[in-house]
Amino acid sequence: MSEPRAATEAPVPGRVVRAAGAIVRAAGLAPSVGEVVLVGERRLFGEVIRLEEGVATVQVYEETAGLCVGDPVVATGRPLVAWLGPGLLGTVLDGLERPLRRLAETEGPHLAAGGAGDDDRAAGDRPVGIDAHRRWTFTPLRRPGDRVGPGDVLGEVQEGPIRHRVLAQADLGPAVVLELREAEATVESAVGLLECADGRLQPVRLASPWPVRRPRPVARRLPVERPLVTGLRVLDMLFPVAEGGAAVVPGGFGTGKTVVEQSLARWSDVDVVVYVGCGERGNEVAELLATFPSLADPRTGGALLDRTVLIANTSNMPVAAREASVQLGMTVAEYFRDQGLRVALLADSTSRWAEALREIGGRLEELPGEEGYPAYLASRLAAFYERAGRAVALGAPERTGSVTLVAAVSPPGGDFSEPVTQASLGLGGALWALDTELAHARHFPAIGWTQSYSLYLDALEPWYAANVDPAWPRLRTAAMETLARERKVLDVVALVGADAIPESDKVVLAVARLVREAFLRQHAYDPVDAARPPAVQVALLRAVLAADAGLRAALDAGATLEAALASPVLAELARANAWSGEDVLARLADLERRVADLGAAGGTGAEARAVAAAGAETPGATGPGMAEVAGTAAAGAGPVEAAPEGSA
Amino acid sequence: MRLSSVRQLGVDRIAGPIVVLRRVAGMGLDEEVLVVGPGETRHGRVLELSGDLAVVQVYEGTFGLEVGSTGIEPTGEPFRLGVSDAMLGRVFDGRGRPVDDGPAIVADRVLDVGGAPMNPAARDHPVNFIETGVSAIDLLASLVRGQKLPIFTGPGLPASTLAARIAIGARLPGDERFVTIFAAMGVTRREADEFRDAFSSSASVERIAVFLNLADDPVIERLLVPRCALTLGEHLAFGLGLDVLVVLTDVLAYGEALRELSTAREEIPGRRGYPGYLYTDLATLFERAGRLRGRPGSLTVLPVVSMPDDDITHPVPDLTGYITEGQIVLSRDLHGRGIDPPIDVLPCLSRVMNAGIGAGRTRAEHRLVADQLYASYARGCELRRLVTVIGEAALSPVEQRLLAFADEFETRFVGQGRARRTLDETFEAAWAVLRRLPRSELRRLPDDVLDRAYPEPR
Ligand SMILES: Nc1ncnc2c1ncn2[C@@H]1O[C@H](COP(=O)(O)OP(=O)(O)OP(=O)(O)O)[C@@H](O)[C@H]1O
Ligand SMILES: [Mg+2]
Repeated sequence: MSEPRAATEAPVPGRVVRAAGAIVRAAGLAPSVGEVVLVGERRLFGEVIRLEEGVATVQVYEETAGLCVGDPVVATGRPLVAWLGPGLLGTVLDGLERPLRRLAETEGPHLAAGGAGDDDRAAGDRPVGIDAHRRWTFTPLRRPGDRVGPGDVLGEVQEGPIRHRVLAQADLGPAVVLELREAEATVESAVGLLECADGRLQPVRLASPWPVRRPRPVARRLPVERPLVTGLRVLDMLFPVAEGGAAVVPGGFGTGKTVVEQSLARWSDVDVVVYVGCGERGNEVAELLATFPSLADPRTGGALLDRTVLIANTSNMPVAAREASVQLGMTVAEYFRDQGLRVALLADSTSRWAEALREIGGRLEELPGEEGYPAYLASRLAAFYERAGRAVALGAPERTGSVTLVAAVSPPGGDFSEPVTQASLGLGGALWALDTELAHARHFPAIGWTQSYSLYLDALEPWYAANVDPAWPRLRTAAMETLARERKVLDVVALVGADAIPESDKVVLAVARLVREAFLRQHAYDPVDAARPPAVQVALLRAVLAADAGLRAALDAGATLEAALASPVLAELARANAWSGEDVLARLADLERRVADLGAAGGTGAEARAVAAAGAETPGATGPGMAEVAGTAAAGAGPVEAAPEGSA
Repeated sequence: MRLSSVRQLGVDRIAGPIVVLRRVAGMGLDEEVLVVGPGETRHGRVLELSGDLAVVQVYEGTFGLEVGSTGIEPTGEPFRLGVSDAMLGRVFDGRGRPVDDGPAIVADRVLDVGGAPMNPAARDHPVNFIETGVSAIDLLASLVRGQKLPIFTGPGLPASTLAARIAIGARLPGDERFVTIFAAMGVTRREADEFRDAFSSSASVERIAVFLNLADDPVIERLLVPRCALTLGEHLAFGLGLDVLVVLTDVLAYGEALRELSTAREEIPGRRGYPGYLYTDLATLFERAGRLRGRPGSLTVLPVVSMPDDDITHPVPDLTGYITEGQIVLSRDLHGRGIDPPIDVLPCLSRVMNAGIGAGRTRAEHRLVADQLYASYARGCELRRLVTVIGEAALSPVEQRLLAFADEFETRFVGQGRARRTLDETFEAAWAVLRRLPRSELRRLPDDVLDRAYPEPR
């Protein structure tokens, strides 16, 4: 047990007057709101969230069992901070930035309350999340006598694939470099000295603290202009999120939120991934830890873990720290943005954070809003989403970076009308609505096309035109329309039966099925298909959509629809998602041509029919969910099939 | 231990399972206290401290307590349970006291039943297949060591029987067996007896410890039962290196107890009157499942969850689904048709299955066979619905065989009856029904697999 602090530092400790769960009230203390306090004999980490008539209300980030009325409460004079600097990459941190892997070695497999007796950490004086002993090679980029301002790059440190720029502090006024030397330094040792305008001397260190609730300032915000390329067809082609934008991913349990977040962590085209497991499963963190060190970063070829920061506050860890974990994640993401890097912040799940707000609000006896959530739920979420974005960082030389937020939401009962989903929808620019029906039909990713949307389409069009395919908007619209028409036709089929609809409607059903099964479906664990470059995606989309013209031409040429659908070319199309290799684009282009030419080729015959009966299956793919329900699997030409609804 | 005979008299308020009393100096949050009424001592836990008062939940309920004559005594500690492997083969009440004729338990260790959260970085990712002997689970929703996999059930469905079969049947490669801890929360004596009888008849009774809080036992004690069971489970698994299965039944009754307590505390309710922290509370139970890196032993948790009205969106099954790693779902329809166990395969899922199956663990073709069974069965079910509209005559010959396949799959493959099947037998049963379909229908299976199991007739 740690000794109480020297009396000079905390002259009059306050006293606990009331305690329930994570909420403690203390009297005899004059802290400020947001100040970190240490509660009880075990010096539990807490934060003042309200002050009234000499009583401070504290949310405690650690387990409070055993706390007594009359226990001491000590103010630290500091807000909750994150320590930012080299050594963050590859770490696993809890919501208070404690290094979980190191704790597992030193403290055993379970987490104890009481901060491992580290007083300096508790006071925020020293970094703990980043290894304080490791030495880094610091290369100065400025010279003694140089004038520097806030955010200016003073020097740099290489960590794996990432170059950390050591920046002049954002709250620094104009200053002059007195000293800056090349050094093998730990994050704590000074590598230089600045003299501020008021004559104050400020040492330069590789790591510095930042209050997690305060957005890091930027020089200026930039509009979005390119997508976050994810490798998932349904996202990149239909519902892209812009780099610097925000996507909301709501879905009932087991619909695939975590698989989407983890796919993005693996495949998305960014420099740094910050993954926040907030109130979710310990085994999911263990899985990332088990697989990421051996998975290659698709961009650099290095280990995936080397571009990743994992923040884990699992569901059984103290509730109040869930909020700290998402704020910590955002602050770390902003830190890398300010380095001029592109960052993805993947938060799974923001509902658990909102529930923590509700639980704490309940203990404060606040007047609740909808479903017991505090009235400030929406404004808290908004403040968080607002921190995502593209920006020019403060200081010289100019650096542009971005934070793209992908926030999972876990609506109770899968019902999107609940407050957290609704509040999030107003904040994100893309909605990836996970659909329980699709998940049950093992259509993965189960992103429903009826409810999902992207508000970034117009802003991204130039990028797609220049980098992927100028026809992308048209192709996207064609795919969306096909799916919309499928729904309408199916409504008619439900009324009059499948036989009564015209041939042209049957073509719609057939093409829509190809869009769903040959294009939208993508198995997260398939070695080839898990993520595809946009050029391959668009080539496949072209080939799939060509079936519309092809089938109509075949009908015009006198073939029956059944015969046209039995063409081996379509069977090939159904498997084209598994194609890889150098010539894949050429092969897809050739396939597109042959699909469009169905009218001319018109392969019929029993053998061809058997091949086409394979529908849009993907043989050889492994992993769960390759199974499909009937209807989507109905063989051959039978348009009597119930397509899973695109939305509830 | 801070033994104390300090007793403070004076009750401020009694409300449902809650008493508000004058606190004793030094009394801590979550501490176990004795609530001493006229001629009787009960047990409670401190939920809240405020000035001179303590809010205490009383496990035995407050019925019969009086405002004037009730007092409180601190114990100085949270509720702790003495644990030992000698507890296997024994029966305990909801607070962990023996209720059979056996000797007193000499504890190896005395542990806070609240447990401490596992550091996620200390976890080992679950990868070892458990052969339960139940075909539908082993092949299609495989259980993995350290997983938490609930059984979703409805009133009258044989979930406890299935849980008992899994517990008795569970084997690791090399025929390693499991020990089981059965925590009954608000179930009937009949169900609890059934569960235990299953163990006696299979001569496994020395491999099970039972904690009983039956339907007529104090409601608030239900909050303690799973914690006692999991605490013993952690000791056996991580202290002694055993493979442990904890069956928690019925989680709905647990949730209702929590709701009762929350209502008495006048907390702001979340959905359907359940407290907003139901998710967190359940997670602190289920997340105790797992494996630790560098240690033998595992804790696998099988919660049994009733769905009122067979409604899977009810908060208790819904939040359970949000915490656990998949689900086994029982079907009233299959049960009605005499299929035993009545597992509805389509909504079943094991999320950690992939890591536990395949070459070197089960069989290389495990995933493919599972996908083929799932796809063909799903298609058969769809055709069944269709037939009610268009009649069977309208189906093609292949479709008629798919229809027959779906029936056989239910009766022969899922409905295996009482017998335990090894994984080999499960695969044989799978092939026996798959061979009912034309080989050309089995499109998910590559030729080399088919050539071995379904040779073309020559
Ligand atoms: N893209 C995918 N490809 C293949 N399988 C998938 C995919 N998405 C989801 N699945 C399957 O669905 C299961 C559940 O997915 P996941 O764990 O992501 O759900 P979730 O929405 O995060 O649920 P919860 O809210 O309970 O955490 C996975 O274990 C996997 O079997
Ligand atoms: Mg998830």
